[in-house]
Amino acid sequence: MMTRRRRRLAAVSVLVLGVGAAAALALTAFNKNITYFYTPTDLYEQHITSHAVMDLGGLVQKGSIVHGAGMEISFIVTDCTRTIPVRYTGVLPDLFRDGQGVVATGRLNGDGSFVASRILAKHDSSYMPENVAARVKQADAEGRRNCGEFKSMQPTSASVAPLVRAEKHG
Amino acid sequence: MWTWFHRLASPPSFYVFAGRLAPWLLGAALVLLAVGAYGGLVLAPPDYQQGDAFRIIYVHVPAAWMSLFAYTVMAVAAFIALVWRLKLAEVAVVAAAPVGASFTALALVSGMLWGKPMWGAWWVWDARLTSELVLLFLYLGVVALNTAIEEPRAAARACSLLAVVGFVNVPIVHYSVVWWNSLHQGSTVFRLGGPTITWNMLWPMLVCMLGFTLFFGYTQLVRMRSELLMRERTTRWVKTLVANA
Repeated sequence: MMTRRRRRLAAVSVLVLGVGAAAALALTAFNKNITYFYTPTDLYEQHITSHAVMDLGGLVQKGSIVHGAGMEISFIVTDCTRTIPVRYTGVLPDLFRDGQGVVATGRLNGDGSFVASRILAKHDSSYMPENVAARVKQADAEGRRNCGEFKSMQPTSASVAPLVRAEKHG
Repeated sequence: MWTWFHRLASPPSFYVFAGRLAPWLLGAALVLLAVGAYGGLVLAPPDYQQGDAFRIIYVHVPAAWMSLFAYTVMAVAAFIALVWRLKLAEVAVVAAAPVGASFTALALVSGMLWGKPMWGAWWVWDARLTSELVLLFLYLGVVALNTAIEEPRAAARACSLLAVVGFVNVPIVHYSVVWWNSLHQGSTVFRLGGPTITWNMLWPMLVCMLGFTLFFGYTQLVRMRSELLMRERTTRWVKTLVANA
C-alpha cells in the first residue's frame, strides 16, 4: 500500500517537473516569437531591415509629435536607448500623448523610418490621482521612468553597426 | 491533529462541516464586496491618466486573481487525488473547474472592455492575453473531461491529470508581463518594490480580492456538498440523511 502511494507520488512529481522543464525549454526557444513587439534597440541590435509587418514599442519622445495635413502625424518612438521616427495616418487612441507608451504596427521604410498602420496605447502599471501625478511629473521632467516596460530582448552591447540610415532621421 | 484531519476528510463529516461554514463565507463575501465596490466606485479618486475608466480594475484584477487562485486550488487537490486517491480531493477538482472557468471568462471579458477604450483594441495576441485564454481552455478541458467519462472516480482521475499538467501555465500567466514585452501592463500589486498604486485606490481592490476569494470558498463548499451527495447516493450516510430530512 505504502509503496504504491510512493510510486504514484514519484510518478506525478516527475510528470510535473517534466512538463515544467519542457515548457521552460519551449518558451525559451520561442522567446522571439512570444514577445509582442520589438523595441528600437531590438531593431538596431538585430540589424532588422526587413519590410515585413512588425510591431514597434516604446515611448512617444517628448516634444516629437508633429501634426501634418488631416490625420497625418509623425513622432519619435524611444526606448531610452535608441529612437525610430514613426509616420502614421489614422485614428489615435485617447491615451496617445507626449511621453506615452505606444505599440505601432507597420513596416520599416527604406529611409529607416517606420510607417504605421495602427497605433495602440500602452499604459504603465502605475495608478494615482491627479494631485499625486503632478508631483511625480515634476520629479522627472525627462519622462523616462516608463521605459522599464520596453525591454530589449538582448542585453544591449556596444554595437558599432546600427542602421546608419535610420540614425540620420532619428 | 491527523485524526481530526482524517475525520474531516471523510465525506459525511465534511458534508456537515461544509454546510455549517458555507453561510458564513457567503455573508463575509457579500459584506466585503459591498465595501469594496463602494470604495472602488465612490471613494477612490479618478486615475490621472485613465480617469474613471480605470475603475473596471476593481472587477478585472480580482477576477484575474481568482482565475489563478482557483486553478492553484484545483491543481493541489488534483495532486492529492492522484497520489492519495482521496475522494474529497477528487470532488474538489471537479467542483472548482466551472467556477474557475467563470472567473477566467470574467477576467477576459472585463479586460477586453477595458482594452478597447484605453489601448485601442479589444484583443491582441500578446503573452498575457494568450496565456490567460489558454487557462480558460484548460478549465473547459477539465469540465469536458469530467462530462465525457461516465464513471465519476475515473473521470476525476483524468481531470486531475489534466489539472496537474496544466498547472505549468499558472506561473506563465503571472510572469508573462515580466518575461516578454506585452501590450498588457506589468504587475501593479504583486511586484518587486511594492505596489505602484496609491493606497486610496489600492485598498478597495484588496477588499474586492478577498471578497472574491471568500465567494469562491463558498461556491466550492456548496458544490462539493452536492457533488458528494451525488457520488455517495448509495451509501448509508446519504440514505440516513435523506430519510431524516
